[in-house]
Amino acid sequence: MNRILVVAATALLFLGLAGAAWSETDGDDAQAQIEQYRQMLSDGNPAELNEMNGETLWKEARGPKKAGLEKCDLGLGPGVVKGAYAKLPRYFSDTGTMQDLESRLLTCMVNLQGFDRDELAKHAFDGTFGTPDLVAYVVGQSRGQAMSVPMDKPQEKAAFELGRQIFHYRAGPYDFACATCHGENGRRIRMQDLPNLTTTIGAQRAYTTWPAYRVSQSKFRSFQWRLNDCFRQQRFPEPGYASASTVALTTYLAAMANGATYQGPGIKR
Amino acid sequence: MKSKFLVGSALLLAAGTAAYAGDDHPVVVAQLKADFHAKGIAGMDRLDQDQVQATCSFKHSDELPQTLVHTLQAQQLASVRYPSDGKFLGDWRKGQALAESGKGDTWKDKPGAPNGGNCYNCHQIAPSESSYGTLGPSLYAYGKRRGNTAETQKYTYAKIFNAKAFNLCTAMPRFGYAGALTEEQIKDLVALLLDPESPVNR
Amino acid sequence: MPYPMRIRAQLHGDVTAITAIISHPMETGLKKDGDKVVPAHFIRMLTVDVGGKRVIESHLNMAVSTNPVLNFKVKGAKVGDKVEINWEDNLGEKGFGESVVSVPE
Repeated sequence: MNRILVVAATALLFLGLAGAAWSETDGDDAQAQIEQYRQMLSDGNPAELNEMNGETLWKEARGPKKAGLEKCDLGLGPGVVKGAYAKLPRYFSDTGTMQDLESRLLTCMVNLQGFDRDELAKHAFDGTFGTPDLVAYVVGQSRGQAMSVPMDKPQEKAAFELGRQIFHYRAGPYDFACATCHGENGRRIRMQDLPNLTTTIGAQRAYTTWPAYRVSQSKFRSFQWRLNDCFRQQRFPEPGYASASTVALTTYLAAMANGATYQGPGIKR
Repeated sequence: MKSKFLVGSALLLAAGTAAYAGDDHPVVVAQLKADFHAKGIAGMDRLDQDQVQATCSFKHSDELPQTLVHTLQAQQLASVRYPSDGKFLGDWRKGQALAESGKGDTWKDKPGAPNGGNCYNCHQIAPSESSYGTLGPSLYAYGKRRGNTAETQKYTYAKIFNAKAFNLCTAMPRFGYAGALTEEQIKDLVALLLDPESPVNR
Repeated sequence: MPYPMRIRAQLHGDVTAITAIISHPMETGLKKDGDKVVPAHFIRMLTVDVGGKRVIESHLNMAVSTNPVLNFKVKGAKVGDKVEINWEDNLGEKGFGESVVSVPE
């Protein structure tokens, strides 16, 4: 009759040798193992939990105004979440400024739900207001979409150029710019591959796999978090959450990735 | 509070090295200063670029006029403070620990705590450490290849103190110049690289 | 923060691939928060029932990471069979999730 064969496998943190997948470094055995680890991580992503919870939070009546976010306009009209992330950052005429996803979430959570902007920013990276889960939900709704950050308006073009300049701005006690680590092909810091974000292929590979579940921290990390932690390691002072500089930088990186398929919340070491 | 973009027209800059940072440079600086804030030991003064940083933001050393490069490199070399006792070799074992540590100078670091060298972030050094970066060249067998001479010791010390003295636009931080590493710490790293007993050279 | 379990059970040929993503801190009991040790809190036992039959009894330990992702392959299941996953941890807390075997789109 039915013989039920069982193969149980606990996932995560199990390295093995494999044939090398596509990579930017040459002839490095460590590279093959890194790629194998990445493939194993991608088979089941705890970020799905964040996405599901984010969807619940999106619809939940919260804040002083006891409202949900169903009227939030992420650029494609009020309440349209599907495909919105692939077209961010962009210029919004209601605020008269360039906004990325997290900046726009602030706008919506303040205006629709009555939350305090400074409190939201202060707790953006922890679970207090559910921001990481909301981000996971929204970006998940752009899964499979082609990145198409608009570059029509003068504000959008200006943000791209400002972002590019910030990317190259060397400063601080270590003389680091983003470009110091992310401006060459085939480099890594310790065992962490560094995509060359000044090239289309590097930007596409990097931008379509963030935000992501960070296995080593067991937390879902947004793109603003990623920028924040980069600036910390650059030995810079701290950027304001969802500030114009961070939105400009995001505009540069996202537009460089235009054309690539957004893969939804990623998973990282 | 609405965050504002400071979009200005291109400004004419005074002739000089700042020109390499781009015409929009003052706009960029103003925007950064408006958006960033001091945290922990990371103050806003860190956003002020010195001449080397501004010159090297968009270009590599070989893309700049060579007279400018030599002038600035000489300036950087003049900033090197050599050990007063004339000795360059410290303890390679301490150097090993330093090379492994990536601590120091971030807003999460405690004021006054000793920094790490951050060396393995970018370099292969001792063969026993397989977790190394490739942002900088391999330093494996550094002493074996170059010889542990007085001249090499002095050069190595100066290089760690201020790498820009030898390659203006290098990615390598100026550890001594920035006060990130002490004289004793740099000596320990010189020993890691040059001491014949160090695993780097055995 | 406990989230509901997420289960995917997809039939490929005659093999059902089950993926379960479970929300659990999986504390090793070795971590410190300042001076205090964070107490061990991890799933000890997990069972998988497919179509009403017990197919897996798994003993996990603290070496499994937070929010574990578990993959199982089962033969002999049909589309529409119920998949039920139960777990119990070292503090006596329990969790549960269920899904249905389906064909991938």
